[in-house]
Amino acid sequence: ALRVVRCGGSARYGARAVFTADSKYLFCASGDFVKMYSLATEETLRVMGGHADLVTGLQLNPHNHMQLYSSSLDGSIKLWDFMDGIPIKTFTVGSKLLALYVVSSCEDSVFVIIPKSGGRDTFQLVQVKLTRAAGQDLEAKELSVVLDGVDASPKCTAFGREAEYVASVREVNLQVYFFKRKQLNRFSISAVRTKSRNNLFTCVACHPKEDCIATGHADGRIRLWRNFCHKKEYTYSTLHWHHDAVLDLAFSVEGMSLLSGGLESVLVLWHNESDCRKDFLPRLGSAIEHISVSSDGALCCTLHSDNRITIVNSNLRFSKSIQGLIKSTVVKTGLVVDPRTKALVLNGEPGHLQFYCLQSDQQLFSLDIVQRQYIHQAGLNQTDLVKVAFSAQGKWLATVEEREEATDPELQLKLWFFDEETQSFKLNTSIAMPHEDSITGVCFRDTDELDDDSLILVTAGRDRVFKVWVMEEDTDPEARQKVSWSCDFVGSYHNYQATNCCFSEDGSLLAVSFEETVTVWDSVTWDLKCTFCHPPGKIRNICFGRLTCAKFLIGTTDYGFLCCWNLLSCALEWSAHLNVLVLQPDPLSEYIAAVSWLSQESSLFVFKPNEPRPTCIQRNLCKEKIHLAAFVPRDKPEAVGSEKYLWLRRSQLFFLTEGQELMTLSTKPLDERLTPSSKQLAVEESLPVTPFSLLLGKHRHQQSQEDVELGMLIVPNEHEQSSPVVKELLHTPAHVLPSASFLCPIFINSLLISKQNQRAEEVADVVEMESEKSEDDSDEERDTAEMEQDTSPVELWGGATCKLSKSQERELRKIRKTDYSWVSAF
Amino acid sequence: MATYKPVPVPAVPKLGERVTQDTLYWRGYKTPVQIKEFGAVNKIDFSPVPPYNYAVTASSRIHIYGRYSQEPIKTFSRFKDAAYCATYRDDGNLLVAGSEEGTIRLFDVGGKAPLRQFDGHTKAVHVVGFLSDKYRLFSGGDDYSSNLWDIPSATEIVSYSEHTDYVRCGCASKVNADVFITGSYDHTVKLFDARTKSSVMTIEHGQPVESVLLFPSGGLLVSAGGRYVKVWDVLKGGQLLVSLKNHHKTVTCLCLNSSGQRLLSGSLDRHVKIYSTTSYKVVHSFNYATSILSLALSPEDETIVVGMTNGVLNIKHRKPEERKDESGKKRQPAYRMYVKGRTYMPKQEDFRVSKPVKQVLRKYDKLLKSFQSSKALDAVLEPHIRLYTPEVTVAVMQELHRRGTLRSALAGRDEKQINLLLQFVARRVIEPRFTSILVTIADMITDIYQPVVGQSAIVDRQFLKLQEAIGKEIDYQEELLEVLGMMDTLFATFTKKTATSLEENENNGLTETIITNTN
Repeated sequence: ALRVVRCGGSARYGARAVFTADSKYLFCASGDFVKMYSLATEETLRVMGGHADLVTGLQLNPHNHMQLYSSSLDGSIKLWDFMDGIPIKTFTVGSKLLALYVVSSCEDSVFVIIPKSGGRDTFQLVQVKLTRAAGQDLEAKELSVVLDGVDASPKCTAFGREAEYVASVREVNLQVYFFKRKQLNRFSISAVRTKSRNNLFTCVACHPKEDCIATGHADGRIRLWRNFCHKKEYTYSTLHWHHDAVLDLAFSVEGMSLLSGGLESVLVLWHNESDCRKDFLPRLGSAIEHISVSSDGALCCTLHSDNRITIVNSNLRFSKSIQGLIKSTVVKTGLVVDPRTKALVLNGEPGHLQFYCLQSDQQLFSLDIVQRQYIHQAGLNQTDLVKVAFSAQGKWLATVEEREEATDPELQLKLWFFDEETQSFKLNTSIAMPHEDSITGVCFRDTDELDDDSLILVTAGRDRVFKVWVMEEDTDPEARQKVSWSCDFVGSYHNYQATNCCFSEDGSLLAVSFEETVTVWDSVTWDLKCTFCHPPGKIRNICFGRLTCAKFLIGTTDYGFLCCWNLLSCALEWSAHLNVLVLQPDPLSEYIAAVSWLSQESSLFVFKPNEPRPTCIQRNLCKEKIHLAAFVPRDKPEAVGSEKYLWLRRSQLFFLTEGQELMTLSTKPLDERLTPSSKQLAVEESLPVTPFSLLLGKHRHQQSQEDVELGMLIVPNEHEQSSPVVKELLHTPAHVLPSASFLCPIFINSLLISKQNQRAEEVADVVEMESEKSEDDSDEERDTAEMEQDTSPVELWGGATCKLSKSQERELRKIRKTDYSWVSAF
Repeated sequence: MATYKPVPVPAVPKLGERVTQDTLYWRGYKTPVQIKEFGAVNKIDFSPVPPYNYAVTASSRIHIYGRYSQEPIKTFSRFKDAAYCATYRDDGNLLVAGSEEGTIRLFDVGGKAPLRQFDGHTKAVHVVGFLSDKYRLFSGGDDYSSNLWDIPSATEIVSYSEHTDYVRCGCASKVNADVFITGSYDHTVKLFDARTKSSVMTIEHGQPVESVLLFPSGGLLVSAGGRYVKVWDVLKGGQLLVSLKNHHKTVTCLCLNSSGQRLLSGSLDRHVKIYSTTSYKVVHSFNYATSILSLALSPEDETIVVGMTNGVLNIKHRKPEERKDESGKKRQPAYRMYVKGRTYMPKQEDFRVSKPVKQVLRKYDKLLKSFQSSKALDAVLEPHIRLYTPEVTVAVMQELHRRGTLRSALAGRDEKQINLLLQFVARRVIEPRFTSILVTIADMITDIYQPVVGQSAIVDRQFLKLQEAIGKEIDYQEELLEVLGMMDTLFATFTKKTATSLEENENNGLTETIITNTN
């Protein structure tokens, strides 16, 4: 069956990014997924899926930096082993989780923001106790409210140094709760509202070493609060640079500097919390939504509103950026396929055209079309790209840019030539004001047979004309460029606005729609050949049939009709009542895809023009409106089993939802997008290679092989590296080391202690369970069942053990839990 | 991360002639020297040997001018009536001239009295020349005959009476010593071979032929008559190659430049046109004060001499080549800079680190980068930008408008600055490429400074000037629209009744665009 596959540009980031402890990888919440990026290669290493709704919080486990907590709107907290990409545990809380905070001092609980039951738009910060029980899916129902009336945004709550207090802002109020004293201090600032701005709180950050809280405001101010343990004698100082709302704040690791970002897309570094010394990293592309700092302080990461991740060095130098499908405010250009690279082309960052590679989910390059400085300021009317067209071989690119203004729009038509030498598009001709009013359609005569000299471009405008542009060769041998474009013909029809234009496959006919009428023109003499209309309703889309169906012209009206006209008989062949939003012909076959919007869902109809019955109907494509779609030719035809899906053989259909998510249709079951090579992560930390470590490595290798042979559980060896004793042992030069007899007990002890630390908790759990067992008999069965589950590895060794008495069993389990893994290391 | 993008200054396509290599070359002449002769200058001929003196035939005299002399260095004035067509021989030693009384005189350039006199024509001889063997002359007269003369014996070799009207021009082949051509008012050009008794070829030009020219190869022939210049292929039996109609009065003289790549034609319409001999397109043209009768170009195109009907001789000398001496101005880097790293030999595996390219920003760009709108506007209102590159000023104004800070940049200015601003607006608002933004600015200025109108006489005067400029422009536009309307009716009568709606559309579309452009 046909499946809708999401393939890029998914929803915006819901939470701050998180660096791993070694600053090699980065986690981002991306829609329902947690994505793991390598900071060295900028590649997406892993996509961890499992949440059913938007991921809202990410935190590393402070007790094991190889584990990651994530929270989601579906009401669950997941603990991940990110090196293997598997969920270790899932805690179900129940209500929506809007933010997640993990502090190192509370070992078995996390803090989340949930909506207050009963209240609308009121939220509370609660402490969730994560049960230590074994098993994958657990319930976490032990909630204790910490703060009431907090903001839903995760940026509006922050934990202070060593989790002594928590600060939360909402509207004009700041509340600080001290855990030890159980004291709640509230501060409020007087609200100032002008026409465009107010001084509401937008975000908060706490100093990691001192008692200091930084808050960001909607009017661009940053306030630094001190002495807030007193209700009256608190002080604050103000930093002001941003002219628009401060969207996020972050302190450096030592707290010496403060990073702030906002709509201006400038990252500001404030030194020593003073107004006078600040550094800037300007022009980051789009508004900064989240800022996070790595634990070693070397890197900082900003998440932007256009789905881009920027990595910045500690000295505020741009390091790299990770970008997939850039989200632009409005995709006006439509989805266009570059014939040369087969990349998807659409609006990128403002004024740019992005070339997005579908295979690698990466941006190939971004072509600056407008070539003007973009001012990141709300409410400014700036030039943006509205139309794009490629010639058949991708040699020419036509772009239309427009700046909407009340009186007269500023328009520019640019023609770009692909320069083989530099492998990029070069501006050839720039035409100011090609039409009096906005341009509604641009198309090239895309004929492969004709040489490029006879290339024709047609633009249709709201100024009631369509214009034909041709290439002119400059006869002057000294001219700077050989060819340029100029207007050849201006056509109109009864003073109606031209809305669409399109060439037939062989380039002999041009169809231009004028409001309710489709006109067909001879592309050589520019004679009006015939007209079609299907009143009432204006024409929304038109396209010609291809290959065997070249004699048909398809049109859709905004009155909800899909019509097919025969060009030979000049009559209506068939029509169907369908509210079609997108009409997209496949360039390699006769099939035409139409996406309709019916009763709150988008449906796909694929048909051949010569028969009124659709070949394929896919209802409920998605819940959002789809305005853009494109057929992308496949590199090699895919084998399609069913007759019904024959249209997917030569090209693939991509479509973009209103939320700018790129989707496609696939007949195959979901295969991993990631190549196997990228899955192999370098788990080892970069240890200097010493003979001893080589020896150790060899042993470990042998041991793991033995383990596999025995079918035993592989004992995780991470503790070997994490243990400071081992590190010391490996790093100290051999000639200064004391004798081996002195080192041996320390080494062995270090292994034992670290292991016991972890195991001690579990043992404690068991003890607790047993005490519960004695109290509550009803629980006993469940517990024993769990215990039996727990003992299942033991069963592998011998069936006899399960027949043992309970006390014996407990003893055995204790023995098993004693760690003997160090023996195998030798 | 992107760098700051400077404000784009829109390049407006230059109207009028495009500057090509040819225009640059032909513009490279100094201001002309004018010498008054006694009558219409009917012939100018350059000596083929250095120092390239030239003989000017006007009225009854032949003046010889040196290269830079304003006064004739020699004069032949032994003519009772008008002299015609003084022509040098290939070696530059002899000069021959026809005359109104019908005699042809041969002069030694060094001497004064004629060496030989050839009598035989019964009427005025307007054309005379040497054949390329140097020992014979050809001539054409108003008695319709073309004659061939022997110089040593001063006798007539042969006389052809094939033309049926005055013979007014002629030319000898440089390749074949026996071949010459004459053009006549009977609309024909005839090619004669001295070895035959009659003309070898007759070419019908269509108008009275005023001038003929043979290309150095001898294969192509150029004839001028009426408004036409025609090029004929002699080797193909006189086939018309191209007909040029670029003058609107009779073309009187023709000339080739020294390389043979360009053809010059002078006409009574006061123009000299220069054609490329490969494409036969006009590549350049000169304007003169009165109708042109004769034209000559010195070897290496050093001098262009043009003779007019009113007896003025116009001489243009080529400017000396400009030498670029910039080496002296730049301060040389220290010696140490040169020797540094000289001895280092790059190895194969060396990694070359290129210097980061520093972006150089103009002053207004620097100010715009730091969002200082008012100062940026001040920067582009400085005299050298405002006067010489108004497009930069307007581009920055446009950018400020785009950023929404134009109003605040315009506000808060003193009398002097407003005066300056208004002066600029009043002067440039009528230029179509600036109109849209300058109208907005004028609007804003009147808006902002409305309360203080009347306080300063200077500013008030500028406001009045602005009003006047706009009023004039409106009148002008109205007139233009009237003209357009008239033209439309004319076009409508010209187009055939069968014209489809299509052509009308085209017309409408074109006029519409013109109207909006001029608005």
